[in-house]
Amino acid sequence: MNTILSLAWKSLMNRKGSVILTLVAVALSVALFLGVDKARTGAREGFGNTISGTELIVGAPTGSVNLLLYSVFRMGNATAEISWPTYQKIVHREDVDWAVPISLGDSHRGFRVMGTTTDYFDHYKYGRNKDLIIAKGKRFDDLFDAVIGADVAKELGYDIGSPMVLSHGLGKASLGSGHDNRPFRVVGILAPTGTPVDRTVHVSLEAITAIHVGWETGAKNPLADTISEEMIRSFDLTPKTVTAIFIGLKRKGTILTTRRAINTNPGEPLMAIIPSQALAELWSVTAMAERALLAVSVFVIAVGIVSILTSILTSLNERRREMSILRAVGARPGHIFALLVLEAGLVGFLGALIGIALIHLILSIAGPMITAHYGISLMGTGPGLTDLYTLGAVTLAALLAGAIPAWMAFRRSLADGLSVRL
Amino acid sequence: MTDLVISIEELRFSWPSGGEVLNIERFDLNAGERLFLRGPSGSGKSTLLGLIAGVLEPSAGHVNVLGKDMAKLRPASRDRIRADHLGVIFQMFNLVPYLSVVGNVTLPLKFSPARRKAISGDTDEEARRLLARLGLTDTALLDRRVSDLSVGQQQRVAAARAMIGGPEIVIADEPTSALDADARDRFIELLSEEAACTGAALLFVSHDASLARLFDRAVDLREINKAGAAA
Repeated sequence: MNTILSLAWKSLMNRKGSVILTLVAVALSVALFLGVDKARTGAREGFGNTISGTELIVGAPTGSVNLLLYSVFRMGNATAEISWPTYQKIVHREDVDWAVPISLGDSHRGFRVMGTTTDYFDHYKYGRNKDLIIAKGKRFDDLFDAVIGADVAKELGYDIGSPMVLSHGLGKASLGSGHDNRPFRVVGILAPTGTPVDRTVHVSLEAITAIHVGWETGAKNPLADTISEEMIRSFDLTPKTVTAIFIGLKRKGTILTTRRAINTNPGEPLMAIIPSQALAELWSVTAMAERALLAVSVFVIAVGIVSILTSILTSLNERRREMSILRAVGARPGHIFALLVLEAGLVGFLGALIGIALIHLILSIAGPMITAHYGISLMGTGPGLTDLYTLGAVTLAALLAGAIPAWMAFRRSLADGLSVRL
Repeated sequence: MTDLVISIEELRFSWPSGGEVLNIERFDLNAGERLFLRGPSGSGKSTLLGLIAGVLEPSAGHVNVLGKDMAKLRPASRDRIRADHLGVIFQMFNLVPYLSVVGNVTLPLKFSPARRKAISGDTDEEARRLLARLGLTDTALLDRRVSDLSVGQQQRVAAARAMIGGPEIVIADEPTSALDADARDRFIELLSEEAACTGAALLFVSHDASLARLFDRAVDLREINKAGAAA
């Protein structure tokens, strides 16, 4: 077998040009497949790590995926709000350990603004129960204090003490639509988490109420700017509504009964979701697209394997002589078969190996940029079992594909005997 | 042990597609003999060599190689006999293009432990020794790609390959047809010397009757092959 392996290797080296092209085809196809797979698992892990420690999320009735998207991922908008008294009712439920309200709807230069209480920093956890850490400064305390996520600080170049003007709605600040008479100040910057928290501006619930004084109709009251900061501070700024509530339970066992109780709340209609369940639902939505993408990349690998097959098949005729020489010096037809199968297998193996190295090289260069832009961490997906399985599968497929020309050469070597008609 | 390394009796061979190619009552090759087998192209000589080498099976009769009837052996056993006891030189393009000169010469040893064992020392050394005896001494030449060698040089490399490990039979199928007259005679001389040295019987096949003088005995295939006469 060693003899045949070394013959296969030397034969490939002798046809470097076409072998390198085939290697490139296989390597690129494997890199594409693994890239898609790593992006997929990276996105899943990234999303899955966004929230932990929160047992229920409560919002106005909507789709559970929708509630999850706007409350945790800051994507899309709430269709309705929860009234303050209802929030109070939930806080005081016996089975509820803690309940953190959040209020969304405003933005600052493209980053979402979230009103909440300081409890948020105690109870919101991500990854494996990791706490939010204030890297610099402190939590918000004053009405116009803001705690910003790591990306917000980095992209806008903000530091402690930087002033900020929030805008109504989610567009970039434009003249007249801004809450420019209510300037905020950065008091704290959170450490990076790799979650949407990094791209959020956190202020107190009262601050959200305060910036909307004069906006009660939904548009800016011309008189709004005449209301001074001092006047606002003197108002009762208890919010009338919140967007969603994050809930931790005293006993995990009650999660389903609590959820049912909230869902069937006799007063205001509510909806409670279990984050992990809603995530699973989200996956079932994206799974189709994922699978389609994965299927395409599997087909690309198949094309790579076919290119191995093509290169060996086209070389077969000119190698007829070589085969009869090998037969003459004592090679059995099985040796001829093994030689061609091994050549295909070697190309598959090396191509896959290069592809794996390529995708890891790309990820190590582009990974940090992807993490910065999309919050998807691809770095955690270093060389792993998937790479190994892919290597094995591609090699196996190449060996199987090699069996076709090998069989042809096998048959031919039996028929040709020692004489080759050239 | 018989003195006949090849003995053919009542051999008949037809291709599945058509008529009879060979019908030979008797053909022998003695141990250490240098036999010239004359036959024009199309006379069935390549088929005969294929039968002796065990890559083809006779339709009827016996092909005994070193006392073993190839017709009765399994293909794997025939391959074994060929690897261990036969050296083959083709008309041209004898060499595996991706192996070095020395790699080509030692190739049979990879398939035959018996021939490997027949060499006491380093196999590459033995290959170089054989090449030197066949007049290929230039070390720069040995490092070249085999496709860069002249046809005469290639044939001598093929001869070295056929001889290495001392097989009992060396079959040469028109090995000189691509050589000019001088090179041809010189090649046959070297081949004969080397065969005498290792004790191998030499079965030299050619259409060129003028070469017969260089051998112990000459046989015309058309005379022994009745199938050819009938056709």
